[in-house]
Amino acid sequence: MANYTIKVNGADHAVDADPAMPLLWVLRDRLGLVGTKYGCGIAQCGACTVHVNGHAVRSCVLPISGVSGEVTTIEGLAPGNQLHPLQQAWIDEDVPQCGYCQSGQIMSAAALLAATREPSDADIDSAMAGNFCRCGTYIRIRAAIKRAARSRDVSGLVESSGEEQA
Amino acid sequence: MKTTMNRRGFLKASALATGGMMLEFSLPLSAIGEELGTLVGSGELNAYVKIASDGTITIYSANPEMGQGIKTALPMIIAEEMGARWEDVVVLQSPVDDSKYGRQGAGGSTTIPRSFDLMRQVGASAREMLIGAAAESMEVPRGELEAKDSKVTSTSGHSLTFGQLASLAVKQPIPDPDTLKFKDPEDYTIIGTSVSGVDNLVIATGMSRFGIDTSVPDMLYAVYHKCPAIGGKAVSFNEAEIKKLPGIVDAFIIDGNGDVNQLLSGVAIVGRDTWSVFAAKDALKVKWDESAASKDDWDEIVRTGERLQDKGGGNVIYRAGDVDLALRRHTDRTIEADYSYPFVAHLCMEPMNTTAHYKKGSASTGDEIEAWVPTQAAYRIPSVMNDVFGVSEKNVTIHQTRLGGGFGRRGSAEFVCEAVAISKRAGKPVKLTWTRPDDMQHDFYRVAGFQHVKGSLDKQGRLVAWDQHFIGMTRNGEGPSGSRFSPSEFPLLNLPNTRGTMSTFDIGTPCGPWRAPGSNTHAFVVQSFIHELATLAGRDHLEFLLEIMGERRWLEPGNIRALNTGRAIDVIKLVAEKAGWGRDMPEGSGLGLAFHFSHAAHVAEVAEVSVDTQKRLRVHKLWAVADVGPIINLSGATSQVQGSIIDGLSTMAGQKITMSGGRIEQHNLDDYNVMRIAQAPDVEVHFIQSDNRPTGIGEPGLPPLAPAVGNAIFAATGVRVRTMPLTDLGYRLV
Ligand code: FES
Ligand code: FES
Repeated sequence: MANYTIKVNGADHAVDADPAMPLLWVLRDRLGLVGTKYGCGIAQCGACTVHVNGHAVRSCVLPISGVSGEVTTIEGLAPGNQLHPLQQAWIDEDVPQCGYCQSGQIMSAAALLAATREPSDADIDSAMAGNFCRCGTYIRIRAAIKRAARSRDVSGLVESSGEEQA
Repeated sequence: MKTTMNRRGFLKASALATGGMMLEFSLPLSAIGEELGTLVGSGELNAYVKIASDGTITIYSANPEMGQGIKTALPMIIAEEMGARWEDVVVLQSPVDDSKYGRQGAGGSTTIPRSFDLMRQVGASAREMLIGAAAESMEVPRGELEAKDSKVTSTSGHSLTFGQLASLAVKQPIPDPDTLKFKDPEDYTIIGTSVSGVDNLVIATGMSRFGIDTSVPDMLYAVYHKCPAIGGKAVSFNEAEIKKLPGIVDAFIIDGNGDVNQLLSGVAIVGRDTWSVFAAKDALKVKWDESAASKDDWDEIVRTGERLQDKGGGNVIYRAGDVDLALRRHTDRTIEADYSYPFVAHLCMEPMNTTAHYKKGSASTGDEIEAWVPTQAAYRIPSVMNDVFGVSEKNVTIHQTRLGGGFGRRGSAEFVCEAVAISKRAGKPVKLTWTRPDDMQHDFYRVAGFQHVKGSLDKQGRLVAWDQHFIGMTRNGEGPSGSRFSPSEFPLLNLPNTRGTMSTFDIGTPCGPWRAPGSNTHAFVVQSFIHELATLAGRDHLEFLLEIMGERRWLEPGNIRALNTGRAIDVIKLVAEKAGWGRDMPEGSGLGLAFHFSHAAHVAEVAEVSVDTQKRLRVHKLWAVADVGPIINLSGATSQVQGSIIDGLSTMAGQKITMSGGRIEQHNLDDYNVMRIAQAPDVEVHFIQSDNRPTGIGEPGLPPLAPAVGNAIFAATGVRVRTMPLTDLGYRLV
């Protein structure tokens, strides 16, 4: 066991963990951030995708000892009551079926959009290749990425008007 | 772009103002009418509608949500009949309580047909109570009032909102269900529209909770390691070594009761987090007693299946006319073929898991079990708990969570038994999580199968004889739903001389329902072989298939589980039209057509593919036309068909579970092929919204996919596909 301090969604967390413990399980079991999912544990499904310094990584194979930089999870993709344009597009295109893969899909797509303002089909194919969707929502995932690319404002966030929040 | 978070997603039941209206419905299924009753068997379903004084309408959804969209569709029906505005509705998952909600399950695409009329009653009943309240408070006759847009409005134009009426409405008598009138479908404003899933906001923000996300105070984490040869018993393991590993609290053998549906023997490891127990599992060294374990060997199963294909015979399950005579008479125009398909896994995205707390009780109260389960069949669990643990059913509390995929996998309770057994021994609540390899190696697989088919044409090229030998498998003498051959299976009832026969042999690998059980493989054989016969006749496949349908008729009038050839003809013709059937295709490209009737749904599909010289297969587009009666949520229904097609193609293209010495040979996504986004075809979906009773669309879109693609490959290459997966034939989906 060793002590680590990791920055997740803007906040520092002190974690006492085995150096080999993957970031996925630190997030889920230690920090209670269960939006990041376990699907395969071998970097083949993408359900565990998070950002480290803005890059999409598979947290199931990234040991805590190897985390250097700021971690962003689905819970921290957009601050407060704001939605990332992809999250809004996911709702508008009615993408999810069971929903289990979708955190990972959105995180991979967010890294793509951050790097490529108007991704082509081929860009989408390669950026999303590591994200499996058992329910087969691929058609809508593609449509939602394109919708988000068209809709986003300069900041990359969809602003909340604050009118209707409960 | 400005937008807001949809408040539906964040409202909680606790936010309901006091003084609101809460309607509780206890309508027995028998009240729905005989037809539906005989369709689904006996059962009881209830629902809640709550209206807060601020106008928020809370609708409870009782059935499990696993991606099929039921949590959105059922409340849409209630809201429609109530006259509610969809924007005012908050949907919550109801607790599991069979005294209020009856059987809370999902499977067989039955939820919509079972629930449509009941949901309409629930909504109409609420509407009548709101109208009653308005009549009282406005002092106008009920006949002058209308419920619409979450308001009750009088002919004079005066109106009160549902929120204003809530406290008075709850005091109204609950109307007799037989007196309720349903809305004219012409006036629908919610049913038939496209609605985004009620949980999409929480899913997209990572806030939805699946079974695997459960956390309860004082909880420990567990894995359970069963014998890789299914059914083997744990004799001993490197206990001292495992217990010393970091984060491990305990490790022990559970003997179980030998029932694969309940509790097989294995080694449990309990620890402080999921990673610790997963890592310890990798360090396990177990001595197994495999005397009672499965000895299955895929190669041996293939040999047995092929032997039976050659031998013929089998039990006759249906016979019409004289097949032997017809086959003899047309020997020059008779063909026969062998078809086969493999075992496949469910591979739910969320691996099996349960959080369970076994609580020791006093002698008078007895022990209790509380469990949080992603299950398709919560109602089955208490009796299993009673069987296995002797705990009284009334002492069993099941919390039904959202499911990360079901596909027929989550009807069994063995993962619940395992979690409960571990919690009992650990004396604490325990979250059991299966690793992906556990999930892939201890599934109830889609059963493999073999078929031998023969058909004859007369001089005019008409199909006049059909002889089909179905070879399925059983385990301990019992066949899974995928190993059944129904006497009403198309085209047995459609031709003058037909015979269906069936043989089975016993295997040790557990099998179970897998999305559109039976249909998903049966359609492949039947619809491919019909194309073989059309090709032999030198006729257009579309025209040939329509000729087999014959006159427009309902084979068993009134039984929605019976083929209606008129509806079949309509979906086939429309899909052909949409796909541009008959158009010239470039070299190496082709169109393939298929139809299948299952789950009370008539579905036809056309695939457009191209195949290059390296056997790289591209499925460019799929057209699907379905008649499932009126559509509740157009977006959800379309999504189900798109998903079924992608699931069908992913499975057909590369999936195959094999076994050796009773051990499943695949482990994870690195040795089991699944489709990725780049390979997903374009899918165009159309619904014929007939007056057919509404039925589910979670499954019936899948069966026509494989034959449509196989037939398209033939059209493109002249090479017939008679087995799956396509990787076995050298194709690679690109
Ligand atoms: S869980 Fe990390 S890629 Fe599957
Ligand atoms: S929505 Fe179910 S796995 Fe993607």
